[in-house]
Amino acid sequence: MKIAVQAGDFDTGAEIAALRRGNPRVGAIATFIGTVRDVNDGAGVSTMTLEHYPGMTEKALAQIVEDARARWEVLDCTVIHRIGTLEPTDQIVFVGVASGHRGEAFAACQFIMDFLKTRAPFWKKEDTPQGARWVEARASDDSAAARWADDGAAERKP
Amino acid sequence: MKVKVLYFASLREQLGCGAEEIELPAGVDTLGALQAHLVARGGAWQDALGGGKLVRMAVNQEIKPAASAVRGGDEVAFFPPVTGG
Repeated sequence: MKIAVQAGDFDTGAEIAALRRGNPRVGAIATFIGTVRDVNDGAGVSTMTLEHYPGMTEKALAQIVEDARARWEVLDCTVIHRIGTLEPTDQIVFVGVASGHRGEAFAACQFIMDFLKTRAPFWKKEDTPQGARWVEARASDDSAAARWADDGAAERKP
Repeated sequence: MKVKVLYFASLREQLGCGAEEIELPAGVDTLGALQAHLVARGGAWQDALGGGKLVRMAVNQEIKPAASAVRGGDEVAFFPPVTGG
């Protein structure tokens, strides 16, 4: 299991290769990559700055991965989230899950992203032609995480 | 009985404060009570933490509800709903 919070970019090919390296039980790898859009809520975005809560971020991500492992067969997992200033088309986040079969890999990958969006302490600030603004949380993100509500992780929601 | 209090993102900017040490007054022993204590400072503190806007709170780097206990030596954090990913 690998969890990284870093300013630098990541190599998706290398990360995916690492997820299956040396493990013949892996039959499926599901990945998600989030990138910076140039338009959000009707305004152009020139750059985005990501702030986080050092210490808590890593703990929160580790807990989300543990919750996924308790629910599905997760043979290996990588979560990378960038911080600092990013530009449109830049990669922000990588989640990769290796499992025996695709169903478990897809589900665990989506679960990790849904809880990362609502539980991991990251905040985005966008620079737009109208000035800098903090991105508002979306209710749809909360409902996406709530779909997994029969899981133990949901009971820890505030 | 001191606690370390951290503020993040839009809250940090609104308050002009990223971190401080606070001596817990008598009777302030929950997150909600600490929040009310900070709101009583008035001005930006009341605007940022005094209702209307959603504020998340954490004790020792875990998100907790307002009724959670706060003790001397704890690290407490206030922040807006998260927007990573």
